Amino acid sequence: MKKLLTGNEAFAYGAYLAGVKVAAAYPGTPSTEVIQNCAKYDTIYAEWSPNEKVALDVAIGAAYAGGRALCAMKHVGLNVAADSLFYSSFTGQKAGLVVVNADDPGMHSSQNEQDNRNYAKFAKLPMLEPADSEEAKQFILLAYEISEMFDTPVIVRTTTRLSHSRTIVDMDDSQRIVASTEKVEFERNPGKYHMVPGNARRRHTVVEEKIRKLAEYAETFAYNVIETGNYEIGIVTSGVAYQYAREVFPDATYLKLGMVYPLPKQLILDFAKRVKKVVIIEELDPFFEEYFKTLGIEIIGKDIFPIEGEFSPYLIRELASKAGLVSAPATEQPMNLELPIRPPMLCPGCAHRGIFYALKRLNVVVNGDIGCYALGGSPPLSTMHTSGCMGASIGVVHGVDKVGVKDRTVAVLGDSTFFHSGIHPLINVLYNKGVSTVIISDNRITAMTGHQNNPGSGKTLLGEPTEQIDLEKLVRGLGAQKVAVVNPYELDVMIKTLKEFMEYEEPSVIIARYPCVLHVKEKHPVPEVDLELCTNCGTCLKIGCPPLVKVENGVVIDALQCNGCGLCAKICPFDAIKKPGEQQ
Amino acid sequence: MQNYDFIIAGVGGQGTILVSDIMVEVGLKVGYDVKKSEVHGMSQRGGGVESHVRWGKKVYSPVVEKGKVDYLIGLEMLEAARWATYLKPESKVYVNQQKIFPPTVNTGEARYPEETEIEEQLSKRASSFEWIDAHERAKELGNQALAGVIMLGRLAKNFEIASEIWLEVIAELVPAKFTELNKQAFLVGRD
Repeated sequence: MKKLLTGNEAFAYGAYLAGVKVAAAYPGTPSTEVIQNCAKYDTIYAEWSPNEKVALDVAIGAAYAGGRALCAMKHVGLNVAADSLFYSSFTGQKAGLVVVNADDPGMHSSQNEQDNRNYAKFAKLPMLEPADSEEAKQFILLAYEISEMFDTPVIVRTTTRLSHSRTIVDMDDSQRIVASTEKVEFERNPGKYHMVPGNARRRHTVVEEKIRKLAEYAETFAYNVIETGNYEIGIVTSGVAYQYAREVFPDATYLKLGMVYPLPKQLILDFAKRVKKVVIIEELDPFFEEYFKTLGIEIIGKDIFPIEGEFSPYLIRELASKAGLVSAPATEQPMNLELPIRPPMLCPGCAHRGIFYALKRLNVVVNGDIGCYALGGSPPLSTMHTSGCMGASIGVVHGVDKVGVKDRTVAVLGDSTFFHSGIHPLINVLYNKGVSTVIISDNRITAMTGHQNNPGSGKTLLGEPTEQIDLEKLVRGLGAQKVAVVNPYELDVMIKTLKEFMEYEEPSVIIARYPCVLHVKEKHPVPEVDLELCTNCGTCLKIGCPPLVKVENGVVIDALQCNGCGLCAKICPFDAIKKPGEQQ
Repeated sequence: MQNYDFIIAGVGGQGTILVSDIMVEVGLKVGYDVKKSEVHGMSQRGGGVESHVRWGKKVYSPVVEKGKVDYLIGLEMLEAARWATYLKPESKVYVNQQKIFPPTVNTGEARYPEETEIEEQLSKRASSFEWIDAHERAKELGNQALAGVIMLGRLAKNFEIASEIWLEVIAELVPAKFTELNKQAFLVGRD
């Protein structure tokens, strides 16, 4: 049976076919749906771990114990999990271990662009890269074979475009590998798994040997293929870039690399001999290019294609035509109409809005973090001044405060981000006699990536009830003395608490708690603007709430978009915004 | 077997993804190789949603190449205009007559283009341009979210694919309690 699956759904189906027992991840666009889909198969135990490093350790443990395991994360998630990735390369494991890792060329939803093929080389691990959903499924099966054959974790690389595109997959459950029903017993082998220097030195030799053997294996790997066309141009490519290249160079000869590390030296030399010109089409870093150059092969690559950004068939055609490789695309008629942009905004009714409005009123320097609340930095709120990676806010604010700047400063991060990597920097503030104010914007869910449960939401990935980590007890337990839980809709309380806490010469934590209104589907009666009272002062427009629309003689509220939170009514200086039924 | 490239453009919550999901499934049912790509990471936060759908004997790229789209379906006027440079002289364009103001227009900082300006930009690049009153017709049916499926009905007139196939896919993809309404919406667009 043929079915249309996204790349991420196909990875999960591959995991099911491969008999995976344990799958763990922290959500992150574009890899979130890999584990969400694994959870749909009752043969796979799937969990949200608090961060990617924990998730990878969980998967490593499962594989040590003899169960096939999978861990998925976005590109920057592997930065968090890198420590574990490197030791797992040294230990190997008993059963197959696969890391699905999603790069985000073009930064559709990320703080940076990085090419994680570099991690394969850095950590000395094999990496496969599928070019469509059918390959996504098959490469997971192959990755487990390789993982067990060479006693190594295997990284399967994807990109946003592959993860979120739907292409045809052959659904064939007869391929499914059923794990043995024998009782699993932990194999005690500290020489292999206990990485003290004496053991690790011996293992390093094994790792070097492994990567040499994998390079030999790459020569005959069935998905490193030469697709013969004319010999004028030979294209070297992988992943979704292969699909783009095929549109632009339909008749060329291709070296399509399914294994992007280690690379097949002999195959590459043979290919280069066969064609007149070698053109390397790879998104992000010149990863293949640098290897080709070490082999002394003359190539066209990053001299014409960019390192930054996502490729497209048009981009490749345009740049290749400038280099004289193909004919130019039809001349574009430039757009001569200005189109207003449509940036993402905090949702109507979002409780984060109250926090940022209060911070803006108090003119506070805000060290922010990764999550929906990063949109507090967008106009008109424009109240986030730094953000870098998960959990950075608290460490950064502590550094800012230690320099002794006069501005009032805070850290703002979400509940899920706090569980991910906010606890350690808070310990640091407490331990090192900091004075920072930390605001945990607690909406009870991991909202940005599509409402995944987290340690504070009281439910597991599978929706089962579980221990709900109490944020207030947690921060008090760490030693914070000044702790308050406030409702960010109660602006007066929010502002008063902020003022008070920022004055303290000791660390303080404000838990600004209100559930994500999208998640709990909360909606209240829509307020109305009394245009008689409205003076068109524009105060309500400063909260950046999408349903508030400026008209000629004032402001009106789009009832369809409005969720009735009433924040605009609270800040209107002329009481012109009324809840239905309220006295005029 | 001819290739067809489609772009469906709208705003989060308008049902862009449903429309493109129906299109790929219909393509698959009638024997095409199909691919679909979309970027929707921030759509719930009011951003634009774009969906690329391709039918063909063999489809490589999941994204449509600029200057090569056969059909542009705009569920929102401004979002349709954004894809003008993807059109070619043979393209057909259908745009739902609905405006959803972006934040800078709400606050009066930016101007939402006039309908005539959008029509000019799109029609001069394509072989045909049609406004569809799908938003109004959907409201008549009692649910604005049906506009996308009405647009799909209009698009379907271009293909010799039996209505039954479209309706069958709609029934497969839409929750049971909305099936009848969506089927009605498709027929409104088609007839």
